[in-house]
Amino acid sequence: MTDIANVPGGPQRASTTDLVAASLKRRHRKQQRLQWIGMGAISIAFLMLFILVSSLVSTGWQAFTQTHVTFDVYVDPEEIPEDRLPRGGFDDALAASLGKMLPGVDMSDRKTARAVEGILSNGAQFELRDRVVADPGLIGRTIQMTVPVSDPFDQLNKGLIARDTPEENRRVTNTEIQWFDDLQDAGAISKPFNWALFTNADSRFPELAGLKGALVGSFWALLTCFLIAFPLGIGSAIYLEEFAPKNKLSDFIEVNINNLAAVPSVVFGLLALAVFIGWFGLPRSAPFVGGLTLALMTMPTIIIATRAALKAVPPSIREAALGLGASKQQVVFQHVLPLAMPGVLTGTIIGLAQALGETAPLLLIGMNAFITSAASSPFDSATALPTQIFIWADSPERGFVSRTSAAILVLLGFLVMMNMVAIYLRQKFERKW
Amino acid sequence: MNDMSTIERGAKLSETKVSARGVNVHYGDTHAIKDVNVDISNNNVTAFIGPSGCGKSTFLRCLNRMNDTIDICRVDGAIQLDGQDIYDKRVDPVQLRARVGMVFQKPNPFPKSIYDNVAYGPKIHGLAKSKSDMDDIVERALRRGAIWDEVKDRLHSTGTGLSGGQQQRLCIARAVATEPEVLLMDEPCSALDPIATAQVEELIDELRENFTVVIVTHSMQQAARVSQKTAFFHLGELVEFGETGQIFTKPEDPRTESYITGRIG
Ligand SMILES: Nc1ncnc2c1ncn2[C@@H]1O[C@H](COP(=O)(O)OP(=O)(O)O)[C@@H](O)[C@H]1O
Ligand SMILES: [Mg+2]
Repeated sequence: MTDIANVPGGPQRASTTDLVAASLKRRHRKQQRLQWIGMGAISIAFLMLFILVSSLVSTGWQAFTQTHVTFDVYVDPEEIPEDRLPRGGFDDALAASLGKMLPGVDMSDRKTARAVEGILSNGAQFELRDRVVADPGLIGRTIQMTVPVSDPFDQLNKGLIARDTPEENRRVTNTEIQWFDDLQDAGAISKPFNWALFTNADSRFPELAGLKGALVGSFWALLTCFLIAFPLGIGSAIYLEEFAPKNKLSDFIEVNINNLAAVPSVVFGLLALAVFIGWFGLPRSAPFVGGLTLALMTMPTIIIATRAALKAVPPSIREAALGLGASKQQVVFQHVLPLAMPGVLTGTIIGLAQALGETAPLLLIGMNAFITSAASSPFDSATALPTQIFIWADSPERGFVSRTSAAILVLLGFLVMMNMVAIYLRQKFERKW
Repeated sequence: MNDMSTIERGAKLSETKVSARGVNVHYGDTHAIKDVNVDISNNNVTAFIGPSGCGKSTFLRCLNRMNDTIDICRVDGAIQLDGQDIYDKRVDPVQLRARVGMVFQKPNPFPKSIYDNVAYGPKIHGLAKSKSDMDDIVERALRRGAIWDEVKDRLHSTGTGLSGGQQQRLCIARAVATEPEVLLMDEPCSALDPIATAQVEELIDELRENFTVVIVTHSMQQAARVSQKTAFFHLGELVEFGETGQIFTKPEDPRTESYITGRIG
């Protein structure tokens, strides 16, 4: 072996070790730099996420409680005669009883009486009506009721209306503040968890508005989407990956599926509007149509994820099964697909999570209608979580500001849950070969 | 075991099980097998040796039509199993592979239980009539695979949890469970340590009783130890085919001699 550095007449050179050491320093610096850039990027991402979530929480948390007032209601037979049920002056009966809680209020003055009635949510009279209709024996008796207060008083209680703003710029008058304080002093005001947010459908009145309609609508839409996109997506992926001959046509289809996954969602909405509603005459605003539209968008995601999962199954498993005399179809369905299933499910869940948050196509097919009852079938009109957020964000009432944030938090909660299921599946079925 | 005993053991005089005539294989433009003629006799171990890339695996995979699964692969010529052309249109490759089993270079048990690994072949071919029938088939196969004693207490634990040598013997057991007539083995010991290799070699010698075995190996010692007939491939051609003892002691072709003495490959 000859030592190159000592070749006679060769140029004077530093030894290899020195050269390596010098380049090593440079390489280390490069790596260090890369690490800093990476950590910087991650920090920025986390900061953004933190800002997003904390701003949502800071405005949204108020919507998870609702101010209620508890008082004795005299079910006045004059206002609510039994023979007129279910009609009657329930609002007047409530106002009269609430007026008794407020010292020095003259309920014979119609304007004052109207103002006292305004403390209560519009839904209070229906609550009383339902109770009386269910048990007409209550007429003539005094019952205790806990009902939501109307939005301005809820805001006042939550400190969202500053008491020191001049009266003419405030949504509650000085008298009303006084009444509210009287009620508070009497121990009638409480602020329990706002179950109505989940058990009520949409309403014009923020204190009554809930997400039930949107949750049910999203559920029907996602169910439709899953039932259509999952079998079709897996079926096409299996065919394309395992059975289709590899030629120009299959290349063309592959390119198109990849492109389909990148098409803006609003385009799918327009397509759905034209095809499902225009040609097929399916109903507007129906979660079924929403689900069909979302299925169009989710299918490419599922196809791509499934094909990747199928490709990742090692050829040795296929060879083993083929070598034993399994048919192609047995190889695919008894060996390859079961091994690919975690990847398939992960892709599907991620696709569905995307579909859950998708807004634009649902707006185009009218799932942003104002609907005050939850859909009982996928063909009833409904909203979905993202479109409900869209509607609330557009509403002028102050109470909808915090409800919008709360709805976004609920949506994010579902998304996080779905992604956690995906991660769980991926870890539980870590590759076993 | 020395060379003398190999010669003494000799090849049984027996009829031809598989015969190949004028076989050519192309992968697209690559001509991988060039006009190969070979007769593989019944109840013998036939070894394919040769430098890597010379087409041993390719030819072996022609014998159970595994090459059908490779789109760009084209096989010409005639290969007969018991006198019947296996590339005939009426022959279903699925049925052929039930008669011609295969063991691969890398142990490839299914990620299922040991029991299910062995039972899979008999199950898809409907060989067992009842659960106890299947139990018997699995036990017999595992015994033939010389792995029964090691796994009989954990038949329902996963096959991929075994050691490399155990996995390969499991794969052999899985292949023999379907009672094939011919067993193809593509470098079955290349991923194994010497002890596991010795176990598998012993096993191959026993399998000869019931099966026609074709084994690809790049170890000439292994070919000498386990086989009765040896075929030497070089650059896609079958250079020499004969009794193992004769190939290793008196090769006729100079290329065979150079390979055996370590000058090619
Ligand atoms: N799937 C394949 N596609 C294309 N060429 C292949 C394929 N398999 C093998 N070949 C080619 O065929 C020739 C023989 O390969 P192979 O049979 O694997 O050799 P050996 O098993 O003797 O090492 C090699 O030149 C290899 O490159
Ligand atoms: Mg090979």
